Amino acid sequence: MKFNTFGRAAAVTAIAALALTGCAANEGGATGGDDSENASDLTGTLVGSGASSQQSAQEAWTAAFQDANPDVSVEYDPAGSGAGRDTFLAGGSAFAGSDRAFNDEEVAAGGFGACTTDGIVEIPAYVSPIAVIFNLDGITSLNLDASTIASIFTGDITTWNDEAIASQNPDADLPDTAITAVHRQDDSGTTENFTEYLYAAAPDVWTEEPDGVWPLDGGEAASQTSGVLDAVTGGTGTIGYADASRAGDLGTVSVKVGDEYVPYSAEAAAAIIDASPVVEGRGEGDLALDIDRTTEEAGVYPVVLVSYLIGCEEYEDPASAELVKSYFSYIVSDEGQQVAADAAGSAPISSDLFDKATAAIELIK
Amino acid sequence: MTAPAPTALIPAKQRPGDRLFSGSALVAGSLILAVLAAVAAFLVIQSVPAVTTDPDDISILRGANIVEYIGPLVFGTVWAAFIALVLAVPVAIGIALFISHYAPRRLAQGLGYIIDLLAAVPSVVFGLWGGNVLAPAIQPLYTWLEQNLGWIPLFAGPASGTGRTILTASVVLAVMILPIITAICREVFLQTPVLHEEAALALGATRWEMIRMAVLPFGRAGIVSASMLGLGRALGETMAVAMVLSASGGITLNLISSSNPSTIAANIALSFPEAYGVNVNVLIASGLVLFAITLLVNTIARIIVNRRKDFSGAN
Repeated sequence: MKFNTFGRAAAVTAIAALALTGCAANEGGATGGDDSENASDLTGTLVGSGASSQQSAQEAWTAAFQDANPDVSVEYDPAGSGAGRDTFLAGGSAFAGSDRAFNDEEVAAGGFGACTTDGIVEIPAYVSPIAVIFNLDGITSLNLDASTIASIFTGDITTWNDEAIASQNPDADLPDTAITAVHRQDDSGTTENFTEYLYAAAPDVWTEEPDGVWPLDGGEAASQTSGVLDAVTGGTGTIGYADASRAGDLGTVSVKVGDEYVPYSAEAAAAIIDASPVVEGRGEGDLALDIDRTTEEAGVYPVVLVSYLIGCEEYEDPASAELVKSYFSYIVSDEGQQVAADAAGSAPISSDLFDKATAAIELIK
Repeated sequence: MTAPAPTALIPAKQRPGDRLFSGSALVAGSLILAVLAAVAAFLVIQSVPAVTTDPDDISILRGANIVEYIGPLVFGTVWAAFIALVLAVPVAIGIALFISHYAPRRLAQGLGYIIDLLAAVPSVVFGLWGGNVLAPAIQPLYTWLEQNLGWIPLFAGPASGTGRTILTASVVLAVMILPIITAICREVFLQTPVLHEEAALALGATRWEMIRMAVLPFGRAGIVSASMLGLGRALGETMAVAMVLSASGGITLNLISSSNPSTIAANIALSFPEAYGVNVNVLIASGLVLFAITLLVNTIARIIVNRRKDFSGAN
């Protein structure tokens, strides 16, 4: 009986909480309501293409955006970053998704097909931590610095009880199992960002230029994120890297930043974006980041995948400008970022970046 | 017997049904040639840019030239298919002989159905099984092979920690080509003239001697063509290899390490989603090479079958 009354009290609290959050959600919707009322006048088809890393997020954004704007259809072709940039350059799409921003030469060359000027808008709207995952009996977390991780993946460190690993993990009971380092076999943004981190943070050990294709010969290779996860889960003494939202029950590495070891988290991943300066000498709407993988700031997780939305500042077709503007606004909004976090496990961008992104999107016309 | 007097050829009467049938048969026959020619033309035309473009401008080659890029893939394709064939053919002949000559009639029928069912399993399922079940299960064997037979170059190691090696991929391929080889061998063995078999038995041969003297020589051409059909499937198999194999190295005979050459089909499947520009042409060029290899294999099989035909007793 006593339990019952307690249960009832709990239920009332829960309902109240639900009702309150319901209110909050409504209010959130109402603040964006002006936009969406305007937006619901939108009609037409918005075509984008690019990074497959954004695929799940783009699907979620597309679905939600089309719900709010029934007369708009958004088509995102996850053809890959390179293909996305090429299509955008050729004018085949109104926006591109890309795991890297256009570089200085490409921006200087200009000639973007759908734009009237060479000014482009680049927004790091999709940020996702990459987890370094491993499979060792009884160990759920390890502390490693960048050069140790690099040495493991180059094959210089071959057993788990190597001094370099043991000295950073005095409490862990490390076996003398051989290390099998698993990398992606296919061309992927995850690999590009992971090698970028190793290249920046451990330049003495990792001397290969960052690339979407694993640059070293040898080692264990697996196709797609799920293949890497299967290989790491099924093998013994395996280590690999994958989108953090998929890490599941596997052990994960806390990466050394400054003097402390930081485990991956959405907040820590978003923090590196704020700690990174925008590339200099770019247009006002170009938020291409020079991601500071070697930062020593506290609470920052430097192994992240950053994927950009790329559009024109000035479109030849005013209708596309209108569509791109409202679609980008939706994506960077709290609601859009939350939708992506739910669907793809990405890290919502900070309010600081949101302000910059909004200013950049305002330029689109 | 006098030679028959030469008679003028009487033209056969042409009925509409005859014309319709011969016409549609002709269309069907030429359609397959047309499709083949279209595929070949597509591959050749699309491959040209891959050869004519400066290799430094093609990102997928990463500094190598196109021969250095496709070479290891060709080796991996042929090597994996060859191992699969070596594993599958003896087993397939054994199963076929068991069904045709040893098993009781009712068991033989049931077994035949089950083998045919194996052919209907999609390759993705074999890939999942190979990567998630077979590879972890077979991994301890690789460690053992490395420790005890490491002096053989095939087992030089270091043994893969996940078991996702070219030997595992070949075992999966062997399972996949088993049904087709078994089914054809079984049919061929059943065709052995009963008189030959009974004659062998009457001369005092045991059942095994009878099979060696009557069934196998008769079926040799059939076994070869069955193997070549299986080889064709193994060469072109994409999904299962892509899912099982850890492809990260160049040409090596090592069967149990993590570094294995990829196969052409698996490489196309894995690289295509992110390929653009001339990279696509390079992948299509590798497809052209696979097309040529398959054509070559089939031609060789044809030649062997034709040469053996006279001795098989089939005529």
